[in-house]
Amino acid sequence: MSLFLRRFYFVLVGLFLAAPLIVVAGVSVNARQTLAFPPQGFSLAWYVEIFADTGWRNALFASLTLATLSAALAVAIALPLSWFLWRRIAPWANIFQLLGIAPFTLPPVITALGLLTFWATTGFYGQPWTAVISHAIFFVTLPLVTLSLGFSAIDRSLVEAAATMGADDRTIFRTVVLPLITPYLVSGYAFAFVLSLNEYIVAYMTVGFTMETLPIKIFNALRYGYTPTMASVTVLFVVLAAVIYSLIARYGDLLKLLGANSEEKP
Amino acid sequence: MRREAPQKLTDYAPLAFPAIMLTVFFVIPFGTMIAVSFFQRQQGGFYTPAFVFSNYERFASLFFANVLGFSLMLAVLVAICCVAIGVPFTYLLTRMSRRAQIVWMVALLSVLSLSEVIIGFAWSTLFSRTAGITNLLVALGLMQNAVALSPGFPAVLTAMVYQALPYTILVLYPALVRLDPTLTEAARTLGASPLRAFFTVVVPALRTTILATLIMVFIFALGSYLLPQILGRPQHWTLSVLITDQAIYQSNMPFAAAMAVFLVLVTLAMVALTLFVGRKREAAT
Repeated sequence: MSLFLRRFYFVLVGLFLAAPLIVVAGVSVNARQTLAFPPQGFSLAWYVEIFADTGWRNALFASLTLATLSAALAVAIALPLSWFLWRRIAPWANIFQLLGIAPFTLPPVITALGLLTFWATTGFYGQPWTAVISHAIFFVTLPLVTLSLGFSAIDRSLVEAAATMGADDRTIFRTVVLPLITPYLVSGYAFAFVLSLNEYIVAYMTVGFTMETLPIKIFNALRYGYTPTMASVTVLFVVLAAVIYSLIARYGDLLKLLGANSEEKP
Repeated sequence: MRREAPQKLTDYAPLAFPAIMLTVFFVIPFGTMIAVSFFQRQQGGFYTPAFVFSNYERFASLFFANVLGFSLMLAVLVAICCVAIGVPFTYLLTRMSRRAQIVWMVALLSVLSLSEVIIGFAWSTLFSRTAGITNLLVALGLMQNAVALSPGFPAVLTAMVYQALPYTILVLYPALVRLDPTLTEAARTLGASPLRAFFTVVVPALRTTILATLIMVFIFALGSYLLPQILGRPQHWTLSVLITDQAIYQSNMPFAAAMAVFLVLVTLAMVALTLFVGRKREAAT
């Protein structure tokens, strides 16, 4: 009985999470340009449209470029910071850890508005690269959190052994530390990448009038009416996120990243 | 190699890049925003440096009080719904096999990553007349005609719970996965039903976790800037929506900045409350 109840509860929550996506997936294969569910006819034309239509293709390209670069910059900020905090005793340096976590904790509108006033004041408003920096700062929290987790998991006796044998900081970092934290580095990058791909408000407030990322394009399309391409892009995004997270789970310990104890050794 | 205090100036070198980036592109923009909130607005969307309180004085209006009250009420409601659904769900999830947990986590993370634009679009489709859920009810013979379920308050609330539920589960997960399983086992051995064991043992043991989660989800919900706009009517707009609207469409940056500063203060008060709750929990154990 209780097993049945539990199953029922999980099915309900699963259905709630999946329902809007199922409808969108259905809408995306409509044969004609109508918002109808169940779909009338079947066509993959709206998926082709993402790549065939210049507007959508450019938006896709802009989003992918932005996510690739900003996630890389976020990691470049997070890695030296978390290494320093792990290697040195400098309590005041924790302030930077706090600064790195703040943009993600505060409501996103605040970071977005701060950056908008900043870029407007400095006169760089609308330049595509400002979006890269803005996203990197906004999402630096993710690699910062995964990396501090990775550093805290390093067995210090390994590092001690390398130091005893005469390795300096640089050698130890390259031969011992880096291989151990690579999974955390990659997952930090992946989280920042996926979220940057989906981010709307910061991108909109920094480059919204000069560049169209996919979320901006979808929102603009939503305001001026309906096109099934919005649905096919949505499905593409969900699939992309699921694939990336599955890869993290496949090659890393996803549950540990999310706060569980490490995997029991068989 | 033990941790040691920095000896030479060069020991600080790795800190330079992160420190500069975070200071220039987060601290300074934040300061700029605070400065702009005191600036004087000019006609045509411009503003000039000044030190006036007129932007803050606009808070003392019935309109603003309504928006603020509605935002807080909505965020509280979303937090309560999410925690009510999320606590039993996360508890049961942590009792499943690792494999099943991973599958659920991938799904939850994927939903959590979705842009608010996409969530808004997906729910507006689900609530629409032509492609919506009411078509299903008509097909089942439960309804006469398909109807549109948005815009409206239930639509806003549903979509916001949808957005915040994966977040709630991820916040609850670490605490629940480490919960001592012998606690419930003891209760079960003494003859309690699973449901009774959950409510008399698990929930009290997690009281502070639940309170901290409520506050975190509340902050998360306060940040929602598009769903009330896509799925609601103007009276369902929240503070976040209003800030965006003033900054982009009304071109009133000083007023938008003043409201953002206010939102920061509300959020910080909530974060302080979370830390306070956390400290009390540590003291209690």
